[in-house]
Amino acid sequence: MKRTDTSNPDYFHQVVDCQWGCPAHTDVPEYIRLIAQGRFTDAYMVNRESNVFPGILGRVCDRPCEPACRRGRMDEKPVAICRLKRVAADHRGDISGRLPVAPKEKNGKKVALIGAGPASLAVANDLMPLGYDCTLFEAQSVAGGLMRYNIPAFRLPPEVLDEEIDYIVDMGVTVHYNHRIESMKGLLDEGYDAIFVGTGAPRGKELKLPGRYDSDNIFIGIDWLESVAFRHTDRIGENVLIIGVGNTAMDCCRTSLRLGARNVKVMARKPREFFKASDWELEDAEEENVEIVTNHAPKEFVIEDGRLKGMTFELMDYVIEDGRILEQQVTGEVFIPCDDVVLAIGQENSFPWIERDLGIEFNQWEEPEVDEVTFESSRPGVFFGGDSAFGPKNIIWAVEHAHQAAISIHRHCRDESLTDRLPPLLNLGSRKMGLHEWSYSNSFDPAARRKMMHVPLESRFDALGREVELGFDAQQTAQEVERCLNCDIQTVFADNLCIECDACLDICPTDCLSIVPNGEPEELVQRLKAPVLEPDQPLFVSDELKQTGRVMVKDENFCVHCGLCAERCPTAAWDMQKSLLNFPQAADYGSPIGDTPCQQRKTG
Amino acid sequence: MTYIAKPKIDLPGQKRNELGLTERDYEGAMSTLCAGCGHDSITAALIQALWEMSVAPHQLVKMSGIGCSSKTPAYFVHGAHGFNSVHGRMPSVATGAMAANRDLICVGISGDGDSLSIGFGQFGHVIRRNLNMLYMIENNGVYGLTKGQFSASADPGSTAKKGEANEMQNINTVATAISMGATFVARSFSGDREQLIPLIKAAIAHPGCAILDVFSPCVTFNDHVGSTKSYAYVREHLHRANGADLIMPAEEISVEYREGETLPVEMHDGSMILLKKVDAEYDPTSRPAALGYLEKQRLAGYVVTGLLFVDDSLPEMHAISKTAHAPLKDLAFEDLSPGGEALVELQKGLK
Ligand SMILES: Cc1cc2nc3c(=O)[nH]c(=O)nc-3n(C[C@H](O)[C@H](O)[C@H](O)COP(=O)(O)OP(=O)(O)OC[C@H]3O[C@@H](n4cnc5c(N)ncnc54)[C@H](O)[C@@H]3O)c2cc1C
Ligand SMILES: Cc1ncc(C[n+]2csc(CCOP(=O)(O)OP(=O)(O)O)c2C)c(N)n1
Ligand code: SF4
Ligand code: SF4
Ligand code: SF4
Ligand SMILES: [Mg+2]
Repeated sequence: MKRTDTSNPDYFHQVVDCQWGCPAHTDVPEYIRLIAQGRFTDAYMVNRESNVFPGILGRVCDRPCEPACRRGRMDEKPVAICRLKRVAADHRGDISGRLPVAPKEKNGKKVALIGAGPASLAVANDLMPLGYDCTLFEAQSVAGGLMRYNIPAFRLPPEVLDEEIDYIVDMGVTVHYNHRIESMKGLLDEGYDAIFVGTGAPRGKELKLPGRYDSDNIFIGIDWLESVAFRHTDRIGENVLIIGVGNTAMDCCRTSLRLGARNVKVMARKPREFFKASDWELEDAEEENVEIVTNHAPKEFVIEDGRLKGMTFELMDYVIEDGRILEQQVTGEVFIPCDDVVLAIGQENSFPWIERDLGIEFNQWEEPEVDEVTFESSRPGVFFGGDSAFGPKNIIWAVEHAHQAAISIHRHCRDESLTDRLPPLLNLGSRKMGLHEWSYSNSFDPAARRKMMHVPLESRFDALGREVELGFDAQQTAQEVERCLNCDIQTVFADNLCIECDACLDICPTDCLSIVPNGEPEELVQRLKAPVLEPDQPLFVSDELKQTGRVMVKDENFCVHCGLCAERCPTAAWDMQKSLLNFPQAADYGSPIGDTPCQQRKTG
Repeated sequence: MTYIAKPKIDLPGQKRNELGLTERDYEGAMSTLCAGCGHDSITAALIQALWEMSVAPHQLVKMSGIGCSSKTPAYFVHGAHGFNSVHGRMPSVATGAMAANRDLICVGISGDGDSLSIGFGQFGHVIRRNLNMLYMIENNGVYGLTKGQFSASADPGSTAKKGEANEMQNINTVATAISMGATFVARSFSGDREQLIPLIKAAIAHPGCAILDVFSPCVTFNDHVGSTKSYAYVREHLHRANGADLIMPAEEISVEYREGETLPVEMHDGSMILLKKVDAEYDPTSRPAALGYLEKQRLAGYVVTGLLFVDDSLPEMHAISKTAHAPLKDLAFEDLSPGGEALVELQKGLK
């Protein structure tokens, strides 16, 4: 094999599993170390730079970083990355001096943002410091989108939303609330230099079964949550059925309990392994005694004398192999009585307000044609991002779409090519402090994941907005930060220094390292010290070593970044170096009006 | 030296030996030797060999004298017995331990200083006694622990770290051992684990005193240009006479071997060393052939490694001394200490 090209930023990036898994590439291990040092404000700023809403995301992020976390591959649970983000947000000091500010002198370009969800807000966050004149149109009376009126307040308190939204709006964004855009054509005629569509995926899917329209007690989940959030709905019957088992269903069942329901069942068509809801959301719902019923396919709404009595379900039986359903069969039928039904079986985007003759193309499912890199529609100058672009995702994806769309808008307004984009930059810096000293906590801590404390069940349901999770206390934080393996402190190899003494191979607690005769990839991996268990994990292969011509091979999979290889190496052929990755944002493309006090990467 | 301990991490899919132990269970304390020392590499080879052989830790006794090399026993199998004795006196203490408990597996670790200078006499006599043990010399050509003076194994003409040359002749460990009548003599290199591990196993299986001389570079005092015991020099001048595979009694011999290329050496317990010959003319069962071959290669500038000589037929210490067949701890008290009358009886026979 040829020497691995570690100058390609992707190599070391992929080693930082969490950062690789995060759509916005948040530098997780860096902020965890800052928390460990008690530098909560710095930790918050590292987060904000990538994900814009650390306080919000520290509570409700979909956290794709956690299933990716290396710690989880070692027979254990991942680091509580999301909870630690909240620690940074909860304990941060005054950050007013460190937030981006808009320059007094504008650059003369006007951008319209439709919908005040996370996508549009994050676009404004990136463009305001560059002197853009951003105008936001929001149909509702408040900003936040689904974060505000679908994610319940007991998971995400409004104060947290207000604070982080204000950081952006206070830069001078012009906001028109209660202003639904009814015609794209009309808006185009107003002469904006660019338009960003961040209107989300606002339409809940229907379940067209007999009886659906014969009762007022059948609700669409996202609409129902919205009316609860805006206090139009403040009660529900005692017995409630939730149809569907995604994250929306989890919010619906838990909200029901807070509006007077006593007996809530979540009805799932399939067995548990097929649930869409995140494990932690299921756990939280079950902790509140919600019953999750599997293998029940809805058949009909039973209405008597114009009143909803319940629903009938078909009992399902499946033949499952390797996580796939091969056959299914109806084995019977059952009636389940209830007072109300909430449908939570998905959402889709809908654009009745975009005329179809404007050059904005839609596909056969009525979804806009959006470029996956530039986020531009088929009409130059019109961009989509967040749920409106490719259907419902989550907040962190909306933020990443926004960063990319902001770059495109910035380029578009300067008549520059949108596809010509800066590559990510990699910076490596040694973390050696002294003979056996590293500037990070390199010793492996076998502690188990800390458990988040919740408000006790007795006092949880009295107020709709009582936040359930209490956050980590000081001791939990101190322990949890030590679980992070510092995957961004990379093992960097200087091939020409190695004298092949094997010291690193012997000290490595997880047998990641091997010195073997070179060979072809498939064959070479057979000869490593430990079997390759995760072929998707990066493999480092050195140049031929000078004494024997063999190669140093490292399987990154189980490396715990303990630095022992570097400590043991007599020639410092291994060194532990922090990989600082810079993912270009709009500001990195230069400002049209000279340097602005935009976000600077402060770590590394 | 490293300050944080090598952490124990239970990974999915760890292998276990017949005793249900992982390789990590055969580790010892954290090494305090210099990073990159050949001795640590040998420790790793010992760990792997003992684990693969499923040696029960309580069956193992680790013996040593003084030197960096003699610190090695602290770094493997923490559950075993051990004795870190005085400089050059490891063989006597090992003899005592093995005299008392012949069932133990004895691994003695020494250095070129420990064995070829102050302990040279003990080295010769334990060979003659044919004590059942692995006698490992971690040979770096210097006194590492006392900061790099030439040892008796330093080659004439080789230089010390600051440049002065050694003008004395060297003691060739393996040739000395063979000529003193050793029954198993092998040489290897800390950086050649593929060869070293099977040799360790074969030496442990050998029923007698198995001398294993292992080049083990001292990174701190003897890894420079001018040294003949550096990583680079040894690698360049190494000549592998053969490689060995130990086949345990119960194992089936699955290796295919062609006549003339592989030499099976049967051991008394039914196990077998399969020697893969690299040099067809070399015969490790003949003492004159072995000595002649070593000398010839030395003149050509090579250091020969491999199993250099083996003779499984000579009696080991217990057989020579006609001692009890069981470890002393297993004998009844009356048999061990038959009392004053028995002594009188015995002395009568000696008058
Ligand atoms: C019940 C539920 C729970 C969720 N929980 C989580 C969670 O825990 N974690 C997570 O990461 N994600 C969660 N999500 C998903 C997440 O909320 C969305 O992916 C995210 O909010 C999408 O952001 P967006 O900016 O694209 O759109 P949205 O947040 O949907 O915002 C769109 C905004 O546009 C406005 N708008 C729409 N049309 C117009 C128009 N024509 N004119 C003017 N304004 C308009 C809307 O009023 C809205 O304010 C959840 C979603 C639901 C439904
Ligand atoms: C009786 C006695 N004499 C001298 C010493 C000093 N001394 C300690 S180690 C050593 C030499 C060790 O050399 P070697 O056996 O080759 O071990 P290395 O450190 O090279 O591995 C000497 C002379 C001593 N400890 N005891
Ligand atoms: S840092 Fe080095 S010694 Fe530690 S686990 Fe990774 S490769 Fe092994
Ligand atoms: S410890 Fe250093 S010199 Fe020794 S094998 Fe490893 S990288 Fe090479
Ligand atoms: S001084 Fe030499 S022999 Fe002793 S530990 Fe250091 S490298 Fe090894
Ligand atoms: Mg020595």
